[in-house]
Amino acid sequence: MIKTENLGKSFGPVVAVDEVSIHVPGGAIYGLVGPDGAGKTTLMRMICGLIVPDRGRVLLTAPTAGLEQRPAGSVLGYMPQRFGLYGDLTVMENINFFGALYKIKRSTIKERADELLDMTGLLPFKNRLADNLSGGMKQKLALTCALVTRPGLLVLDEPTYGVDPGFRKDFWRILYRLNKEGMTIMVSTPYMDEAELCSKVAFMDKGRVVAADSPAKLKSSFPYRVLEVRVDTRRPGLFNDLPQVVDAAFYGDKFRVVVEDVPAARQAMEQRMAASGLAGELRCSEVSPTMEDVFIALAEKEVV
Amino acid sequence: MRRDRMTLGLIFMLPLVQLLLFGYAIQTEVKHIPTVVFDQSLSVESRDLLDAFGASGYFDMTYAASSYTEVNQMIDSGAAKVGIIFPPDFARVIQRGESGQVQVIVDASDNMVANQAMAVANSIGLLQSQKVLLQSKQFKGPPYDIRVRPWYNPDGITAFYMVPAILGIIVTMTMVIMTSMGIVRERERGTLEQLIVTPIKSYELMIGKIVPYIALGYLQITVALLVGVLIFHVPIRGSLLELYLLTLFFITASLGLGILISNIAKSQMQAFQMSFFVMLPSILLSGFMFPREAMPKVIYYLSTIIPLTYYLDIIRGIVLKGIGFPYLVGQVVSLLVFSVVLLTLSILKFKKKIA
Repeated sequence: MIKTENLGKSFGPVVAVDEVSIHVPGGAIYGLVGPDGAGKTTLMRMICGLIVPDRGRVLLTAPTAGLEQRPAGSVLGYMPQRFGLYGDLTVMENINFFGALYKIKRSTIKERADELLDMTGLLPFKNRLADNLSGGMKQKLALTCALVTRPGLLVLDEPTYGVDPGFRKDFWRILYRLNKEGMTIMVSTPYMDEAELCSKVAFMDKGRVVAADSPAKLKSSFPYRVLEVRVDTRRPGLFNDLPQVVDAAFYGDKFRVVVEDVPAARQAMEQRMAASGLAGELRCSEVSPTMEDVFIALAEKEVV
Repeated sequence: MRRDRMTLGLIFMLPLVQLLLFGYAIQTEVKHIPTVVFDQSLSVESRDLLDAFGASGYFDMTYAASSYTEVNQMIDSGAAKVGIIFPPDFARVIQRGESGQVQVIVDASDNMVANQAMAVANSIGLLQSQKVLLQSKQFKGPPYDIRVRPWYNPDGITAFYMVPAILGIIVTMTMVIMTSMGIVRERERGTLEQLIVTPIKSYELMIGKIVPYIALGYLQITVALLVGVLIFHVPIRGSLLELYLLTLFFITASLGLGILISNIAKSQMQAFQMSFFVMLPSILLSGFMFPREAMPKVIYYLSTIIPLTYYLDIIRGIVLKGIGFPYLVGQVVSLLVFSVVLLTLSILKFKKKIA
């Protein structure tokens, strides 16, 4: 569906996207994760044709049957990071406007809008001005407008950024439904739990894609092991500087410790406890890595 | 502000450029007024007086007419602002020791030029009469009897020539400022990003940004004309329909200017500043406040790239002079060229990209 070849873009001295070659297969939910400033938005904007790449190229194909019957341009639906609709138009007027830009018949727009608004739960707010919608509802409206053309490919730039968890769940339920109906989805997100929901995830860091695979494969290729450690202490940095510990995070009642060698790390942690005069025993259990662990490890590997 | 070079530049450049420009441009004393002469006397006496007119520096004898109709046409078209007419018996009357009448027609649709021309013509008449009287004392009255006729606005009512011009200023100001926000506002609000991925064409977007304002422009003109007629009793001597038709070119030229600004500006703030930057010359150089004839050559040519310059000719022409399209072809073509060039530039400048 989407293929990029050595895609690159610089803004002055800053290399925003560097040699990115990705492949988004048809029918995928392709997640793009990475820290702020990794180049996710720039990459997506290049895919949508909003930014001209300095190097490389983007190939968009419409392999799904029936796509060729769509009017040109409706193959791709795009939902930008910033709310890009008209605040002084109502929900329905916004939908009509975008539908009309694609030369879709008024009656077809109405039909689809009713279905989409029902799906997104915006039906009761049909006649409300877009400016008066809550943040989450605005995102749903943006999604509705992007969907009114029935695109084969939907590109969403951090659609759930800054909205509440309940809404995020809702939004992903909709994305899953669309995907099941055959839509290819490319979505960027700062949330690791959302990355788990994708069929394929690409990690971006400093303009490059450092890894791209299914969440399961990414986790299985995780080079370290993760321990959950319970100690009676309020010192979050207790294990941070141990050479045997790759990464340690404190979650109030427990540490999440990423290590290379479990026995060696365990020994080092016990020594640290004794040296710090902490009583009690080190309760330690191994857990499976999450996408967040993978993400942090990948980001750190890049630093070294 | 330190990071916004454009604003910084405008804040320093604006007063500098405008002060220099207007400091040189604005002359309230009008010299070299284009003048048409219809000399039926063709005598030493008429030539003497004409020489005095020419030597004053205020009148340029640009045209020689051979009929009244020709004089009318010259002044109607605005080619000449003053007409000097000597009767056939001018020389004979003076030789008899009587007062020789000279008709001086002044285009009073431009008040400043008219007032000056009238004052100067009268004083030349007095001066020359005195000169003649010093040489021979046999005259019963002053030898030269200058009869000044202010045409189009004989009573010199300020509102008559100001109201149509103000109408032009209002229209161009609102049109430029409103459309200058058009594209840049979408850019600022982020709606452009969403819009660009749609199949909409650049020219479609530009036209969509312009068409509603054409209607708005007409609404504005209608209200302004109603106020002019009902409250200031401005006469509309020409055809109202023609005025409305020709106004279209002025509106599109103004909108083209606005939309070009909108494509260049990076923020609404910048767009507003740029609009202001182009509005000031429109007010000061178009002939709205100061006569263009009095401007230095460079600035006079500068004033020819201001749409309002042409529209003032059109609206004063139709409203006060009662002239029609045949006299205004040049102005209409100029405005048409403005519209086409500005719109084309806007369409070319607008890339369906954000970076």
